[in-house]
Amino acid sequence: MILLRLNISWLWKNNRIFGSLLFGVTAWVCCLLIFIVGFVVQEAFPFFFSDRAWTFISTDWYPTDGWFGHVSMLVGSLLVTGIALIIAGPFGIAVAICIHFYLRGRLANILEFIFDILTGMPSVVLGLWGLTALVPVMSRWSPSGTHVLTAGIVLALMVVPTVIMTSLASFRLVPTNLRQAAQALQLSQATFIIRIAIPAAKSGLYSGIVLACVRAFGETMAVLMVAGNIAKMPKSIMDPVRTLTSNIALEMAYALDTHRASLYMSGLLLIACVTVLVFIQASIRTKDVAIGQ
Amino acid sequence: MVSNQKRAVSRQQDFKNKVFTALIFSLTGLLLLVILWIFGQILIRGLGTISWEFLISNPLNSGRAGGIASILQTTAWVLLIAVTVTVPLGLATSLWLSEFKSVRLGAWVSKAIYILAGVPSIVYGLFGNTFFCLYLQLGYSILAGGLTLAAMILPYFIHTCLLGFNLVDNQWRLGAQALGLSKITFIVQILLPQAAPAVAAGLILSIGRATAETAALLFTSGFVDKTPESWLDSGRTLSVHIYDLALNITGGESGAYGTALVLIVLLFMINSLAHQLVVSKRNNRMDGMNG
Repeated sequence: MILLRLNISWLWKNNRIFGSLLFGVTAWVCCLLIFIVGFVVQEAFPFFFSDRAWTFISTDWYPTDGWFGHVSMLVGSLLVTGIALIIAGPFGIAVAICIHFYLRGRLANILEFIFDILTGMPSVVLGLWGLTALVPVMSRWSPSGTHVLTAGIVLALMVVPTVIMTSLASFRLVPTNLRQAAQALQLSQATFIIRIAIPAAKSGLYSGIVLACVRAFGETMAVLMVAGNIAKMPKSIMDPVRTLTSNIALEMAYALDTHRASLYMSGLLLIACVTVLVFIQASIRTKDVAIGQ
Repeated sequence: MVSNQKRAVSRQQDFKNKVFTALIFSLTGLLLLVILWIFGQILIRGLGTISWEFLISNPLNSGRAGGIASILQTTAWVLLIAVTVTVPLGLATSLWLSEFKSVRLGAWVSKAIYILAGVPSIVYGLFGNTFFCLYLQLGYSILAGGLTLAAMILPYFIHTCLLGFNLVDNQWRLGAQALGLSKITFIVQILLPQAAPAVAAGLILSIGRATAETAALLFTSGFVDKTPESWLDSGRTLSVHIYDLALNITGGESGAYGTALVLIVLLFMINSLAHQLVVSKRNNRMDGMNG
């Protein structure tokens, strides 16, 4: 999205001092990433060299007994994120279609405004709602009510505005002459949307979902409050689960030595996953540009 | 015969169209109902707690009674620190990316910023805890929390600023060049005034994001609910207060809902301001293109 404008800055005689001043600041900002990774690695170091390092790939998390298995938590994170996306994807795209293709004027503006505001919804408030309103409802089907599905629903509500806004933006980029052509061919609205508009906006929709995935994967508070937080391999989606992020939030307050280092390992794992997702998103975007040209 | 077949096909089409429309509208309606449920709950439970007294008194009995005055104060301090650090750094970086970058270096820098934007907030919390609290020896303090938040909203602010600078047409750059303006003059006199609404919107959105943040502050600014006396005191923001009341304190639910209502109203004002700025800018641009 950043590189939409043709870069013509090279045409200009550079102002050396000002330019290098700005570059200096930019370099520091980029160093922030190195700093973050560096400090997290440094703090995770004792774990690499401890004799319990191999337990990292086990499924047991009993930090006081020297078991630091991250697999069940990674699975938990992936499961919760997956459910959130399965819910948020169709809902988000449907709402975007509704706003862009079916509604006109004031109503469309109001809905867009609502969802634009909702992108900034604090996760802790959603977690509070989940804990006090959704969990009692869910506990009708399974005793505790705090499990993967609840967390997935709360997360889905958190990321659905992101999906809606990005889908809306990519539907706006669909050329209007496609719509005129479809009308001339007497295609129904449904056929036009399913066969033409969605394929044309496909890469935008994907990148919106990847963006939502990044947000859902990194979310702490909303999940922490409703997921049950038991660090065991979940057997069904009605089992409580602990994610990587909530693991850090829950135990950081009192962790020491190897235990503390293992929490930084959780952080490192999170950074690694997010980096992969960002590169996936970047590759989607370059494809988009290629099609555009 | 043929026309019968045609009619059957068109009836089938018609049916498909109706089903699809119904599906779209029912999904939208369902989502809106859930959102109504969320806000109804917060409004009803929150209004029961909230009063003028709630806003101007300090929390008592770890938040079960009393108000949120000291917490509002802490939130304001943390945000102030985050914004003062973010604005110069973010503006400089986005100006470089927009006007000065070389292609190769620029690609690396924007990739780094994308990754920074994706790093989970709890990891910023880990980083803030090691770097600001322990390494720079700030301890659990408002300053450490503010700096951590600054790091967190920086990539977001840069991204929105860049979008604003990209909206300024290249015509302006060519024109400025033709007139022999220096780059600094162009940036100060033309680019920044033109992109001001976008930059302001980016700033406001970043403030909103910082206000909503909890995870990054848990281990940097801490949990103390007293009125902060200096930057180096620990203090909790609105969202941390909600988290603590909802999860760790039995009987804190009503206080949590009251605080949540305050937070939501605050964020509504912040974000709708930003929305207005962005939408007005977009409409202006469209008018400009038509005329």
